[in-house]
Amino acid sequence: MVIGYRLLVIENMMKKSLLILVAICCTTTIYAQDFLNKSKVSGSFQIDGNYYWEDNGIGISAEDINGESFGAYGFGKLQYQLGDFSAGMRFEAYQTTPMSGFDARVKGMGVANFFATYDNGTIGITVGDIYDQFGNGLIFRTYEEWTLGFDNSLRGIRAVFRPCNGVTLKGIYGKQRYYWVSYEEERGLVRGVDGEWDINSSIEALNDAKLKASLGASFVSKYEAEPSMEFDGCVYKLPQNVGAYAGRMNLGYGRFGFSAEYARKINDPSFFNNWIYRDGQEVLASLSYSQKGLGIVLQAKRVDNMSFKSMRTAWQNDLDIGFIPPINYTHTHCLPSMFAYATQPLGEMGVQFQVNYTIPKKTALGGKYGTKLAFNYSQVNDIKRDSVMFDGVNTLNMMGTKGYESPFFAIGDKMFYRDFNFEIEKKISAKWHLTLMYINLYYDMETIEGHPGAEAVKAHFAFGEAIYKINRKHSLRLELQHMWDNVGKNQEIDPLYEEYYVKRGNWMAFLLEYTIAPKWFVSVADKYNYGNPIADNRDHYFTGSVGFIKDQTRIALSGGRQSQGLVCVGGVCREVPASSGVSLTITTSF
Amino acid sequence: MKKLLAFLLFGFMFFGLTAQNKSDLPNITLKNLDGQSVNISEINNGGKPFVMTFWATWCGPCVKEHNALTEVYDDWVEETGVKIISVSIDDARSTAKIKPFVDGKGWPFEILLDVNKDLARAMNVSNPPHTFLFDGNGKIVWQHTGYLDGGEEDLYEEIIKIAK
Repeated sequence: MVIGYRLLVIENMMKKSLLILVAICCTTTIYAQDFLNKSKVSGSFQIDGNYYWEDNGIGISAEDINGESFGAYGFGKLQYQLGDFSAGMRFEAYQTTPMSGFDARVKGMGVANFFATYDNGTIGITVGDIYDQFGNGLIFRTYEEWTLGFDNSLRGIRAVFRPCNGVTLKGIYGKQRYYWVSYEEERGLVRGVDGEWDINSSIEALNDAKLKASLGASFVSKYEAEPSMEFDGCVYKLPQNVGAYAGRMNLGYGRFGFSAEYARKINDPSFFNNWIYRDGQEVLASLSYSQKGLGIVLQAKRVDNMSFKSMRTAWQNDLDIGFIPPINYTHTHCLPSMFAYATQPLGEMGVQFQVNYTIPKKTALGGKYGTKLAFNYSQVNDIKRDSVMFDGVNTLNMMGTKGYESPFFAIGDKMFYRDFNFEIEKKISAKWHLTLMYINLYYDMETIEGHPGAEAVKAHFAFGEAIYKINRKHSLRLELQHMWDNVGKNQEIDPLYEEYYVKRGNWMAFLLEYTIAPKWFVSVADKYNYGNPIADNRDHYFTGSVGFIKDQTRIALSGGRQSQGLVCVGGVCREVPASSGVSLTITTSF
Repeated sequence: MKKLLAFLLFGFMFFGLTAQNKSDLPNITLKNLDGQSVNISEINNGGKPFVMTFWATWCGPCVKEHNALTEVYDDWVEETGVKIISVSIDDARSTAKIKPFVDGKGWPFEILLDVNKDLARAMNVSNPPHTFLFDGNGKIVWQHTGYLDGGEEDLYEEIIKIAK
């Protein structure tokens, strides 16, 4: 009896299971075809391998290498897409060495990033590690920069809602990536909302209006549980919630354009700002005019105490919530790019003016192919800081105070960076192409590289490039550069400050490259610091490279000396020491 | 929590299935130079092939590639009907500079701003320049990373193969 009952139960279960199985089979056969047709798997892969060796000529000893002569950095990314659904992950491995110049904390490996998104155009939801930005990113931007070892992605959830044409609402919630530190460990929560209204798209009657306008606003708040801290016998009350808000507008009228964004943050004492209780603010504005063959843009910005990080004790580029865009010109030639500007979140005021003009074809000056001209001026100064007297004590930048007062329009005396440059680019004939450039640079090494007392760089640069097209596929390119820097000429350098002079004085450089489109390139180059104020530093940095490209795969091998310098992307920099060795880079995608 | 995630995942996949996905273009919205939103998945060239190329103002080879493409563009359009869509991956530092830069250089392409590299990530672009050739149905038929002088001719050979 009991056995019979059990059998019945089992039979029933089997029937049910079978039914479910059949149902699954049916749906899968219906959908299997769709799965195959509609699913898309893609990905990319990159590996950088470096082998370093001793080089007494530039002061690289076995101790510097510390037995870690091999460094390798690689990532593999896999993405899956099925209609409105997509998901992906990125595996990272950073085997850093003292020579690679990465922050030691990037060392490690694992799945650093994963996400799943459903977005049907009206509603979008992402869970996992999120990259996004509000407006210009002043109070929220998460991004990843492989060459810097930088990743401040937000692990959490994001929702996007587009109720009608031209309106986008976004919300984010989560914790930021902090190298390989577990997300369970201490750091703040980040929450935010953003709305954008593109007026012309949302109102049909204005679709084709000459005046284009869009408005946006955002609010971001970070939460840290600790309500106070003790230091030197004093207890400092700390805000657990720090709110920041921003508003922005974009206007276009025919050839003119105007855009501006203003952001403000409540007091946010942190290690980075020396624990002062001052509110932060930032404004970024630009005005432009452009027509075919002529573009003019003027930009200005002011940053005052705007370091915004999701952990009060974070330093350097760690856990940044906001992004402060630098506005100066980005130099790509090897000599001027040794002196790249890094943004100063505690305070800076800058302007930048750029003109691009093409002298038309078939005119006296333009010649057969036209001539391209570019002019650029940018300058960044400190903000003015007035001290606040409290009980007869000067509290300028003093921990636990408001820090300072700063009149909005007053420019600080200290100049951080100034650059004006002029470029002419001309195709002379079907065979010849020429580019000439002059650069005048002021670079406050003391502030930008954190070397107290270092003399600012006041340098001139000349750059020339000639390309000779041998035939349809073969080309030869020669690049010549010179830098004039008079620092330390005819004077004794105090050995204590020797490291401030490693890349100073006159330089010359050349590069010769032979390319066979679209697959092969080979080049030799040398940088020679012949005018270094310290005779021992007058070194050559000779390098040779060879590379191969097939469709989306690129393999490059180079060897030689690398000079000390900053590698910067978007105003964020990392310092790379001088080194000697070979490196291999492979990138591909599928 | 894990169950919820798994549930969400399958939910997403199911919904994903019900949608149409004919092309290799992801469902991402970018702005053009007028500030208007453009949904990438809706990009087409009336059944004719189109090129999508990723670049940045700080990328020398990218600027060279664009200058070279500008010179041949009129001929290419006339002969094949191809369209070039140029995606800038410059971040907020340059957003306001792109239009004057592009106009000043006289580039005739449709420009899109991928300010936080959403599209570049979705299309697995690691380093610019990276150029994709799509057929009339929005399927990637060829791609190439880097630019070497004369490389535009190789792109054109690929365009001719699929242009009707």
